[in-house]
Parts: sequence; structure tokens; C-alpha cells
Amino acid sequence: MSQELKVIVFALADEEYGVEVEKVRTIERMQPLTRVPKTPGFVKGVINLRGVVTPVIDLRGRFGFPETQYTDNSRIIIVGVEDLEVGMIVDSANDVIDVDPELIDDPPEIVGGIKAKYLQGIAKVGEHRLLILLNLKEVLSKNEIVQLDNIEE
Amino acid sequence: MEMNQYLSMFIDESRDHLQAMNEHLLSLEASPEDISIVQHIFRSAHTLKGMSATMGFEDLASLTHEMENVLDLVRNNKLKMDSFIFDCIFKSLDSLESMVEDVIQGGTGKADVTDIVVALKSIVSGDYKKGGAAEVPAAAKSPEAAGAQGAKGSELDEFQFSILNQSIETGMPAYRMEVSVRQDCVLKAARAYMVFNVLEENGEVIKSTPSVEDIEQERFENSFTVYYVSQLDKELLHKQVAGVSEIDKVDLVSLDKDKLAEFMKPAEPEAVQALAAAAPVPAAEEAPKAAAPAAETKKPAGGGAPVANRTIRVDIERLDMLMNLFSELLIDRVRLEQLASEIHKNELTETVEHMARVSTDLQNIVLKLRMVPVDTVFNRFPRMIRDVAKTLDKKVDLIITGAETELDRTVVDEIGDPLVHLLRNAVDHGIEPYAERVSLGKPETGTIHLRAYHSGNHVFIEIEDDGRGINREKVLSKAIQNGVVTQEQSARLSDEEVYQLLFAPGFSTADKISDISGRGVGLDVVKTKIESLGGHVHVDAKLGKGSKWSVQLPLTLSIISAMLIRIQGEKYAIPLTSIVETMAIRREQLRSVHGNPMVEYRTSVIPLIPLADLFDVPGGSDLTEDEIQMVVIRKGEKLAALAVNEFIGQQEIVLKSLGKYLTNLFAVSGATILGDGQVALIIDTNALFK
Repeated sequence: MSQELKVIVFALADEEYGVEVEKVRTIERMQPLTRVPKTPGFVKGVINLRGVVTPVIDLRGRFGFPETQYTDNSRIIIVGVEDLEVGMIVDSANDVIDVDPELIDDPPEIVGGIKAKYLQGIAKVGEHRLLILLNLKEVLSKNEIVQLDNIEE
Repeated sequence: MEMNQYLSMFIDESRDHLQAMNEHLLSLEASPEDISIVQHIFRSAHTLKGMSATMGFEDLASLTHEMENVLDLVRNNKLKMDSFIFDCIFKSLDSLESMVEDVIQGGTGKADVTDIVVALKSIVSGDYKKGGAAEVPAAAKSPEAAGAQGAKGSELDEFQFSILNQSIETGMPAYRMEVSVRQDCVLKAARAYMVFNVLEENGEVIKSTPSVEDIEQERFENSFTVYYVSQLDKELLHKQVAGVSEIDKVDLVSLDKDKLAEFMKPAEPEAVQALAAAAPVPAAEEAPKAAAPAAETKKPAGGGAPVANRTIRVDIERLDMLMNLFSELLIDRVRLEQLASEIHKNELTETVEHMARVSTDLQNIVLKLRMVPVDTVFNRFPRMIRDVAKTLDKKVDLIITGAETELDRTVVDEIGDPLVHLLRNAVDHGIEPYAERVSLGKPETGTIHLRAYHSGNHVFIEIEDDGRGINREKVLSKAIQNGVVTQEQSARLSDEEVYQLLFAPGFSTADKISDISGRGVGLDVVKTKIESLGGHVHVDAKLGKGSKWSVQLPLTLSIISAMLIRIQGEKYAIPLTSIVETMAIRREQLRSVHGNPMVEYRTSVIPLIPLADLFDVPGGSDLTEDEIQMVVIRKGEKLAALAVNEFIGQQEIVLKSLGKYLTNLFAVSGATILGDGQVALIIDTNALFK
């Protein structure tokens, strides 16, 4: 019997994603962003997170999905990986679930156009739910800020 | 008792006391007649002793104790300071420092200090200058008195006797009190402590046997004796002392002159002499101890804290938290202000306005909390220079200016070691031996200036000596020898570049390695350290005239003055240091050179940088309005103008890093959080110049 994995579930472009709960510092509502000039389009700017200036990226933009208007459900998930602390704008975030690691499959080569290296795996939850677990280290990698393949194509 | 929680407090306070003692000792060296300085040193030593004993650092306590003995004789005019005593006490302070250092490293603060203890004891006994008979009588009194005590004759030394005598003469009642604690008492020391508390509230304890320290550590049987001066009458006093629980018996004797003389009378003079002769040192130890409680009573409760320095210590992380929480509060303040303006209720508006004013003041205070004067680093230098100069047999004056200049705490903590190195260098390599100075027609005493000052958002610390300067040729030949530069390269180097060679790893121009420098800790370490703090070192020197080392440090994490500006809907901050002036021109005054907008400024034409275009600010260019607001900025000799929409005003802002995710940003050096909780970017104007 392996240890259950606690995961924060969020929605992005009609799919469900998950990040391990330990990597999530807080989840914030949308708030005023200060634009930072001459940065990639998905870098939405910086926010004042309790006195710490924190960069915020749009996860749709990061994955090359079409960006949409932010709604009341939009959330900024502040994640920390090593010494990076970054906010990710997602469509909504409202669930914490336990995932049985045995039910996590390796990511397929192509999932909706997103390169597999950004994914840690696909988790089956319950009967019909599929959860895409993010490989945050790659998502937040600053070495590569190329636009990814668009899901619509 | 669990002591760990007090350890950091102990360390901090010990350092303070050691620093204070060092400083006072230096000023005492300058004016050896001033007994009040000795009092300061004594008090620090006494507190340190108490603290160390409480914390269980016995070696620390006992060395301080020996030092205290010497100081006690001095402050009671029984001993005159001379260079031997000064050196001895300075050495003791050094040992104490290294013991405290050991404690910091997690050790037990143990050290072999036998030599110093012997030296201190010989001072107390007067043995250290057997030839100088003139001084002996003063010092010799203590063994006499203490020896007498050993023989159960007199319990008082002459000093205590005279105090008691005086108070009796002035009509102040004096008592001798023997207090016995109940046999079955568990906390003897605590009861005794309570007795002392009662006593100290109402008068002054002149002497106690055993000493207060011994009593505090339960080193007494069931009773102790106290000589006491107090306004209280005998009955009341008896009642108060006997009122302490678990006190068995209080024998209280009012002292008059006769009785006092009786206690004072040495019982067997011969025995005393024998004792004193046989064991002059341990006996001598006893006498000055007695005065310690008297000194203690003079201090009000909680007497450990140094009086001059009214500060408390705060964890720097807590300060950061405070600052962050405070900016949260400011966001709410802005919301409240908005609500109040919508609701139009007078009382609400007034309250919110008041809150706004208070929070502005609060903000200023919070921002300044992190800043500490460089004084905290500088104050250890006079002592160091004294020692180095003495070791090298040179005469050096250290002149400190700008010690009140404030720097961020984190920088202050780090800058000490590099400065020590540079100062040692200045004394060792810079200042010539005085014979040489005289032959060069320079004053015998060399001067080292240590200056600190603010300039823009940098702090400069300069170390300037009037010594021999730097020999360019010597540095070069050494550099070539070490393979740092080639012969060809060397010819092309400017003076400044040559001096920078000194910072190369493993570089030393000293012909022979002295005790002071050249021990492998080179200037390269200094440079690395300063650069790790985001600073620079510059060297300027004139052969035969002296050299100047200038350390430039940024005010990282700290506060700078900036001009807040608006470009369309966005706010930015421009550091005031790079601004020449602000002005407005009409659109028709714009010139164009090769399609680039230019403006006339004074007698020259300078480029106008449209920030809105440069930063792709939504809302478009700002050169469309009839009147264009400009900020004239400077980088060295070059000038340029930035077109903005509005000047919001000048403000003190806190520099914040943008974190590790956003790096290599264009023309942005950081961010700050405005009063309304919004983030504003700080423009790096230097990047705007090509």
C-alpha cells in the first residue's frame, strides 16, 4: 500500500489538472497585476503577495491555449519550486483530492498538444475523471519560453 | 533550568559589555585619571560575571572576576592604571571575547587563561612591580584586610569600614545582621535572594559574607552575615527580613562606632601576616569581592542592561514579517478610503483620514527599523588599531567620521571583516614606522581616516592613510612574477588598474610576512566579500603621500528616494539619484534628429525617450499631448529626457527584488510596493543610455 498523494485540482481550458499540495503556497483571487514590460506574453506581471513581489504567469498562455477573460472563478495558485515562487492563473481551483499513486500513469507522448515533459502523469480518479498532474519544475523553467503547440490545432 | 533560550540573549549582551569595556578602556587610556570611566568598566565586568555564572560558563565568570578585582582597586584609588595593567586588561577582554566566540560556536566557553589570571592576580597583590615600592602600600591593604578575614578577626576591609563609619557619623543607621535559613529549606539561594531584595529596597548592602555570588550559587551553610546601611529602624528591619519565608533567625545588631571598631579589629596580627605572606593571592581575591554587592545595589532593578543604549533586539525575519503585514494593512486602508468617499459620512471620513495619517507615520517607522548606523561596526576599530599599532611599534591616530550613517542591517553585519582587513593593511603597509616618518618630514603619528557617508543610493566607506602609498612598480613586478599580467600588458595599465592587481588571489606586496597581514587572507577575500554585497572597492594612492581605499556599498533591501511617475495607466519609480530635474515643454519644441525625438536642454540637445513606446504601455505614445512632461536623467556625463504623463511625487520607497523567475529584465532594476498596495517597477535609467 503506497502513500496517498494529496493534490490540488484546478481547471484549465475544460480539463482538470493537479499539483501536489506541498508545492502550493496559497491560492489567491485575482488581483491587480503590475505589467512588466518586455516579458513573454504569458507573464502577466507581478503582484504584491503580502509584501513579497511575486511574478504571475497565465497558465493558458504558458501552454499556448487561447487566453480568455478572467472571471470570478479565476484563481492565482502560488506555487514554489526550489527557490522559485510564481503565481499561475487558472480558470478555477476548488478541490483537494487524494490520489492513489498506483493509479498514476506515465504521460502519453502527446496530450492535447502539450509536450509530455510538462506532465508528471495522468491520474485516474473515480470512474470517469482524468487528472493531468503537472511537472512544475518544467512548467516554471525559465530557460524555455517558446510557445507550445496549440491545443486547437 | 533550560538555558538555551537565554543563550542568544547572553551572547548579545556579552558582546555589548565587552564592546563597552573596550571602548571605555580606550578612553581611560586617554585620560587615566578619570575614575568615572573605571566605574563604567567595572559595572560591565560585574554584569558580565553575573551573567556568565548564571549561564554556567565558569571560566568566563572567573576571569571576569579577576579583572573585576583589579578594577575595584583602581576605582577605589588603591591602584593607579599603568601600561602593564592596561595591556593585561585588554588581554583579558580578548580572552573573554574568544570565550564568548566559543560559546557562539556551540562550545562551553572554556579556555586556558592561566597566564592572564596570574598576571591579574599579581596586579592585585602588587607583586607585578616588586621594585616600585611606592605603589605597594595601596595594593597591600587588601591582602591585609582579607587576611584578617581569613583569621576570623575582621570581616571588613578599610574601604567598607570607612563607608560604615561615615554613615554612622551622618546619622544613618548601620547594622550587622546574621540571617539563618531553616535547616530544611530547599531553596536556600532563593530565600537569600529574597532577603537581599528586601534589603536593597530599603538601603545598601555594604558587605556580605559569604559574597553575594557565593550565596546566589548556594555556596553557604545555613547563615550569612550582612553589613547594611538603611534608614529603617531596627525593629522594622527585623520584621521585614524575618518576614521572608523559611528564615529561621535574624540576629540584628545596630552598629555604632565602638562596635564597628570591634568588628574591624584584626584578631591576631601575626596570624594575619603569616596568612597574607603564605597565600597572598587567594587572600587578595576576597577583599574586592566585598565591594561588589555595594556596586550592585547602586544599579536599579534589571541592572544588566547598558544604560546608554536603549534598544531591544528583534529577529530580522520578524521585521520582514512586520513590513509585509504592514503593506497588507495599507491595501485595506486604500479600500477604506474609497468606501468612505462613496458613503459620504463625516465621521467615517474623519476616522479614515486619521487612520491614514497614523499609518503613514507607522510606515516611515517600519521602513527605518532595518537601518542601523555603521557605528556598530566602527566602534571596534579604535581598539584594533591601537593593538596593531602597538604590535608594529607605530604611532597611529584613527579618525572616524560619519559613524551615524545608516545601512541595512544585513550589510552592516557583513562589512566588518573586510574593513578590518583594509584597516590592518593601512597600519601595516601604509603607515611608516615613526623614525621613517620623521626623516620624511611627516608628523611622527600617522593618521588614518575612516569615513562613511551616503551618496545617492550608495553608502561609501573610505579608509585613507597618510602613509607611503602604493609603489606602482613594485606591484607590477610582483604581478609579473606571479604571472598575473605579462610584461607587455603591464605597460598599458593605468594606475587604477595596477592597484586593482592587489586584489588578485594570493597577492602580497609585503616583503616579509608580518604578524598583521600577509597570512594568506588576501585582499582578494575582501574584494569577493564586498562584491557579494553588491559593492565595489576602489583604490587611489599617491606614492609617499598615502592611499585611499573606497568601498562603495548599495543600500540593498533598503529605502531610496524616488520620483513616482505615471505613464498612461501605469506607475513607475525613478531613483532620485539619477534625476537631474523635471520639466515640461510644449510639443512644438520637439526636434527630430534622424527620426529620433530630441529636446533642447540648457545649451545642448538631448534625446527624448518616449517611455510609453519603450515599455509598450497600453494606451499609446505620450508625445501626442500639447505639453510634454519630462524627467531629465543622467548617466555619468550623458543626459537624456524621459517623457511621462504625470509626476505623482517624490517618495521614499522600499526596494524589492522581483524574484528569481523574472531575470534580465529590460530597464527594470526592481520593484516597490506603493502605499495603496500596488506594485510599481523601478526604472533602471542606466539601461536607457546606449
